Amino acid sequence: MGRYILRRLAMAVPVLLGTTFIIYLAVYALPGDPIQALAGPGRVVSPSVAQVLRERHHLDDPLIVQYGFYLKGLLTGDMGVDFDGRPISEIVAAGWPVTFQLGVTAWLFEAVIGVLLGTLAGIRRGRAADLAVLGGTTLVMGVPFFVAAYVAQIVFGVNLGWLPASGTDAGWPLAYILPGLVLALYGLPQTARLTRTSVLENLHADHVDTAVAKGLPRRIVVARHIVRNSLIPVVSLLGVSLGYLLSGTVLIEGIFNLPGLGYQIFAAIPKHDGPVVVGIGSLLVLVFLLVNLIVDLLYGILDPRIRLR
Amino acid sequence: MASLTPVSGSADLRRPLPALLRRPGFVISSVFAVLVCVITVVPQVFAGLFGHGDPRRCDLADSGLPPTPGHPFGFDIQGCDLYSNVVYGARSSVAIAVLVTAGVLVIAVVLGGLAGYFGGWVDAVVSRVMDVFFGFPALVGMIVILQTLSVHNEVTVSLVLILFGWAGLARVVRGSVLATVNSEYVAATRGIGASVPRILLRHVLPNSIGPALVLSGLNVGLVIASESALTFLGVGLQTPAISWGVQLNTAQQYFTTNPHLLIFPSLFLTVTVLSFVLLGDALRDAFDPRLRYIR
Repeated sequence: MGRYILRRLAMAVPVLLGTTFIIYLAVYALPGDPIQALAGPGRVVSPSVAQVLRERHHLDDPLIVQYGFYLKGLLTGDMGVDFDGRPISEIVAAGWPVTFQLGVTAWLFEAVIGVLLGTLAGIRRGRAADLAVLGGTTLVMGVPFFVAAYVAQIVFGVNLGWLPASGTDAGWPLAYILPGLVLALYGLPQTARLTRTSVLENLHADHVDTAVAKGLPRRIVVARHIVRNSLIPVVSLLGVSLGYLLSGTVLIEGIFNLPGLGYQIFAAIPKHDGPVVVGIGSLLVLVFLLVNLIVDLLYGILDPRIRLR
Repeated sequence: MASLTPVSGSADLRRPLPALLRRPGFVISSVFAVLVCVITVVPQVFAGLFGHGDPRRCDLADSGLPPTPGHPFGFDIQGCDLYSNVVYGARSSVAIAVLVTAGVLVIAVVLGGLAGYFGGWVDAVVSRVMDVFFGFPALVGMIVILQTLSVHNEVTVSLVLILFGWAGLARVVRGSVLATVNSEYVAATRGIGASVPRILLRHVLPNSIGPALVLSGLNVGLVIASESALTFLGVGLQTPAISWGVQLNTAQQYFTTNPHLLIFPSLFLTVTVLSFVLLGDALRDAFDPRLRYIR
């Protein structure tokens, strides 16, 4: 196990360096004035402000040294300040709980609904329930999910008034149900379909036939022998999708007015507040890498075969 | 969904078209997809069906008016006819979808093919670069890069979508090239002294590109959805451009008072994305029998 952890950690380092370097290159080394790129097109930067910014971002140093400073800042939580002078770490501290709650809510919806639908479709292969799940998941994949967010907000939030349409005033879980459900749509089709495929593979496995032959009730065969064994690949997908849900928060938090990290990016774009977009964006990339790393390590513990690959 | 059709004999696999034409999902979605492509080429014909059909002829007196005779979708906030704007909006979506799909396919085939064929350090380098791009939550990466670009048009948005899209397809190409390279006919070609480009272009590529083409078809709808999401967020195409993303971006401020601004562009966007996704799904089932069997 120790060797597996070391190998996985060693794989994560070049990816971390690569992703941050691409962002860094895009922001600071593209042709054009980096100060102007930070400020956004059309904003006039006075010479004194430009000078302060040049010093703060070490723009007079060689590229690789500058990148070192950027990486160090990112890893120590010092991501600079936005254009109003507010430290980005402060914005992150304020927004983090909201994004975390939204991500976990959506992830729970995705896991529970996805596995239930997938199992239902798998054990009723070819019947109405299966066709409905397959058709429904295709439909969900085809609807751009910010459109789904607006439809949900208008129908359930405004017209029917069942759930809060925006903001976090109602607290967890009430304020997070609607945005969480919409965000879950992002990964729901894949979860349901993978569960279905996996259930189909296990439906006639030897151990399942044995369980049926020794007279266990259908319900127990499905729950203990089919679903549990079918969940192995699904757990991996669910782990990875936790990271993908993070990137969906930019749209969902923006539309539902939840003041989390994604909302900060959503609100910073029209203001051309480059430091906020780049800082929080880099942070989300880091979290994504970290989540994937933890998922891989946990998966190694769950399934010993992975460690030896 | 008809992807459930069991493998019904080899006749189906040799002649996929008749089998496809029996599927209502395929027929309906391809009709819509073709319609969207025709609208892209000659938007003026469709825009002229109702009203004056000029998306740029606007009168502020009409600002935000709901649908009226002659203007079936009503007017936008600038007082422009929303129907002709929505029709012209198909252009940028389809243009970007075509550019991105072609660009991703070319890069994926070249890099994935080289990595799969040569192995060794070429494979190591390409695979590590792919790992880096898998390390991005794609939407966030695209937002950060686009935010720093000073030009936002169809080309730059496409380039960023290609940058974050090629890795997934390259991995597929690499896998199928790896599976082809060790087959006997490739060894035989090498044995009779064929050059490397000849082996790659005449033997390896035609036999390994299938899954990549199928996956590209499936991706067209997702590219359109990503572009509209980026534009909606404000980092994609910008206001003078006519695009569904721009229309939805403007509409979000007015959706409680003028819901039609949100409804019509979303409707067109959804139907377009859905028909391309369904079309890709049907093509995958038809041309990749292994996937059909599992699903």
